[in-house]
Amino acid sequence: MKEYKTISKVAGPLVFVSDVKNVAYNELVQISLSNGERRMGQVLESSKGLAVVQIFGPTAGINVLDTSVKFLGETMKLGVSTEMLGRVFDGMGRPRDKGPKINAEKRIDINGEPLNPYSRDFPKDFIQTGISTIDALNTLIRGQKLPIFSGSGLPHNAMAVQIARQAKTVSKEKEQFAVVFAAVGITHEESSFFIRDFKKTGALERAVLFLNLADDPSVERIITPRLALTTAEYLAYEKDMHVLVIITDMTNYCEALREIAAAREEVPGRRGYPGYMYTDLSTIYERAGRVKGKKGTVTQLSILTLPGDDITHPIPDLTGYITEGQIVMGRDVHRKGIYPPVDVLPCLSRLMQSNIGEGKTREDHKGVADQLYASYATGRDLRSLSAVVGAEALSSTDRKYLEFADAFENKFIRQGHHEDRSIVQSLDLGWQLLASLPESELTRVKKAHIEKFGRKYIDEAKKAENAKKEGESALAAPEEKKEEDAGNYEEPKE
Amino acid sequence: MGKLTKISGPVVEAEGMSGASMYDVVKVGESRLRGEIIRLIGDVATIQVYEDTSGLMPGENVESTGEALSVELGPGLLRSIYDGIQRPLEGIAAAAKSPFITRGINVPAIDKQKKWDFSPKLNAGANVKKGDILGTVQETELIEHRILSPVSGTILSIKKGKYTVEEDIATIDTGAKKQAVQMMVRHNVRKPRPSAEKLDPAIPLITGQRVVDTFFPIAKGGTCAIPGPFGAGKTVAQHQFAKWSDTQIVVYIGCGERGNEMTDVLTEFPHLIDPKTGKPLMERTVLIANTSNMPVAAREASIYTGITIAEYYRDMGYDVSLMADSTSRWAEAMREIGGRLEEMPGEEGYPAYLARRLAEFYERAGRVRCLGSEERYGSVTVIGAVSPPGGDINEPVSQNTLRVTKVFLALEASLAQRRHFPAFHWLSSYSLYDDMLGKWFTQNISSDWVSLRVEAMALLQKEAELQEVVQLVGPDALPESEQVILAVTKMLREDFLQQNAFSEVDTFSSLKKQYYMLRNILHFHKRAIAAVELGVQLKAIIAMPVKEKIARMREIEEKDLSKLEALYSQIDSEFDALDKK
Repeated sequence: MKEYKTISKVAGPLVFVSDVKNVAYNELVQISLSNGERRMGQVLESSKGLAVVQIFGPTAGINVLDTSVKFLGETMKLGVSTEMLGRVFDGMGRPRDKGPKINAEKRIDINGEPLNPYSRDFPKDFIQTGISTIDALNTLIRGQKLPIFSGSGLPHNAMAVQIARQAKTVSKEKEQFAVVFAAVGITHEESSFFIRDFKKTGALERAVLFLNLADDPSVERIITPRLALTTAEYLAYEKDMHVLVIITDMTNYCEALREIAAAREEVPGRRGYPGYMYTDLSTIYERAGRVKGKKGTVTQLSILTLPGDDITHPIPDLTGYITEGQIVMGRDVHRKGIYPPVDVLPCLSRLMQSNIGEGKTREDHKGVADQLYASYATGRDLRSLSAVVGAEALSSTDRKYLEFADAFENKFIRQGHHEDRSIVQSLDLGWQLLASLPESELTRVKKAHIEKFGRKYIDEAKKAENAKKEGESALAAPEEKKEEDAGNYEEPKE
Repeated sequence: MGKLTKISGPVVEAEGMSGASMYDVVKVGESRLRGEIIRLIGDVATIQVYEDTSGLMPGENVESTGEALSVELGPGLLRSIYDGIQRPLEGIAAAAKSPFITRGINVPAIDKQKKWDFSPKLNAGANVKKGDILGTVQETELIEHRILSPVSGTILSIKKGKYTVEEDIATIDTGAKKQAVQMMVRHNVRKPRPSAEKLDPAIPLITGQRVVDTFFPIAKGGTCAIPGPFGAGKTVAQHQFAKWSDTQIVVYIGCGERGNEMTDVLTEFPHLIDPKTGKPLMERTVLIANTSNMPVAAREASIYTGITIAEYYRDMGYDVSLMADSTSRWAEAMREIGGRLEEMPGEEGYPAYLARRLAEFYERAGRVRCLGSEERYGSVTVIGAVSPPGGDINEPVSQNTLRVTKVFLALEASLAQRRHFPAFHWLSSYSLYDDMLGKWFTQNISSDWVSLRVEAMALLQKEAELQEVVQLVGPDALPESEQVILAVTKMLREDFLQQNAFSEVDTFSSLKKQYYMLRNILHFHKRAIAAVELGVQLKAIIAMPVKEKIARMREIEEKDLSKLEALYSQIDSEFDALDKK
């Protein structure tokens, strides 16, 4: 073991050690302070006689005289075992719950290796989260990486907890589940919210928690998600479990990355974030998926708060280019008091198309989702138009779209914290809402599907409308009735 | 032989490298990781390493191979999936015995054991020129691989029968020496392969995508850029081009993109059947997959590896389409390497040579007369996806790409959000080939093709103007004749421009089908305008049953095109009935 007392410079989280020999790139380092305290670090750059070491933890107390640096000759590894289920660790993988040490079954390099695209299996199996905006419109698939783009003050944590609680597949096989949770720089309050909920629902027994809280050293944030993913890969690919990884909040991870880059005096990229942030983020997000010949899967749900609600900020931007879609939370929707405040239009699930439909969810799924999207988008456009010209100037069809958009937000997007809707319920709810539009507007759904799934709702809606019209015609002026008629394109000619 | 002095990420330095030249491939360290020299100062070489450098130490050996980064070209390329430096991913999976890509694995790019049935086209004694076809090998059921003579001279001997790619199949007397010829050749990826002459692109690349073929046609041998924010449908568009383009060979480069996307291609293509030949599409495809989490230096190389393979098949006389998804990730790889070299950055941190590299890459596209006889023509069409940060194309990669590409397909997030796919915006996209290709369409499809297109585009342009008015005063304030335009452009947008990539019938439209569809909509427009002038109410026009038929035109199968043609007269008869009333 090589031990040196030759620290020549300390800058930010970095320590420069001179006169060293045979130091390997990425090697793990142990630093011993004169008071006996120990800290860990990692080699960021190795050249003849000089090593740059990044310290996990504060650099307070490190001095150039008697602090000793030991190079451990291996890259950073995590001892993994199924004993980890039900346990809480800190951001460096040390037990935080006063429980016993883990007897590692295996020690794995936390940086992982890139999964060979040839060995991957395409994600399949729809995960029912019980949330309509996800299940029906942006379906989550096993092996997918789907982030939640949120903002400060929005209830993303509540939604993440609800997903973790309700997520299930429709498969009949007996399967093992696990949740790996990584808290990256979140507050104590937020983390105890997660733990409390996991405890209450019994999910904690099947969960592994890594907590790096806001007052923990920021450099550790580079490590925490990697520990979580290493554990997840082990549980999935060696213990056949279906693992849901929740990482919150990736924005703090990127801040830590920027902090280190600045300390190294690197050439900064956009907004001061390092130029390699895309590559770096991909080594986290890409650690999700399915592998040929393995039963287990890794599904990733990362949460990031958009700085200033700006979706073009480098963090969400680079994330969106790597992940397979995104769920976006909207402040406007939240202000209307709707939970979950999903801003449906910019949301996307890239793996949805090939994993829904007959035998997977229901044959009308794609048509209904497209129709809901298109109709809601039209309704939203008309909302801004009616703000300018007034609702009176709109045609009766357009007014129906406006009503549809409101109903969609209030009935489809809005649901309770503990409301677990099945996919069939979500799709039927979609039909029920679509039935309020003239049938000729439903061009995205197949005719056969209208008959099979939508007809009864359309008939109901017609009946309700006629009843309303009769009631109105007794009271209201005749002109209004005429306008109502204009929207009825179903009327046969001649 | 040199020694490592400094390791920092994917860029390392070694001293004692005198004798090595720029861009030489080197083997780094005990695990002999592959790398490339990208800077030389005295005897100190800076090397970009194509694999993870964790664990390397100063003092380890660095050995130059004396050869530039090259690809192996020969039978066996098709149906392969390679990483950025042409290592077969299937072979790596077998050698590593793990689903992960472990370091230091060396697997030959082309199977050296497999014997191919070589049938000569020339006899001993014949005089050959460089590029002449010596003989052929049936590489896949779809593709005949043509072995080209690497030199000029006289054939001394030529064999027939089963040989591996490394065995001699002929000997050629070049005058200076007797050269043995094998089926496999090596070519430096950073050097374009030569051709006899570059030709003007005058034949369209038929993609089966209505918005592209009708409004923004791409030429064979042309270049096309698809910039767009994430989620706008770049990748689906690239997949569609790869599946349906009427080229014989497809090279698909997944450059710094998602692993699952490559898996999607890998699992889907073998099951997709080429509509013309009835054979799996994989039989004509080479895939290069360097996903975002694979080493960044290999990502930089992947684009060159791909285009060199494309040029190789072009030289046999094939039309090749090359999809690069995404060139922004390639540019970012250059930026990352440039940053590690501490180069003075240009705009937004990209290296100052970004524009030159992009132009050099797109310039390798083109339709050519190939070297040698028999006289044959081949083309490489390059379709590059660009992923601008935040979807804003005012950034160096998009701008420098637009300067050299001729077709611009603008993807817009707002269209994607309302599920208008493909989300190419009809007003911001352009094709500089329309004039050159107009003649082809007139001759091969219909004499009024160009005029229909111009008419439709004018309507869409008019719609944008009318929409501005509608935003202010509401649609009812417009005269009926203008409301007709809005109704027709809605048809154009929803029933023609939109195309469902996931629908079995709609995913591909032949040019004939596109023509009939467009003609029907425009005929509807003409009759509707006339009807309104006669005093027919717009309400009645909108309620016409034929309108529903127009909306379902896309679902009509290719074999039933006569139904589409018949719709024209149905439009007439329904309007006649209306006009009479």
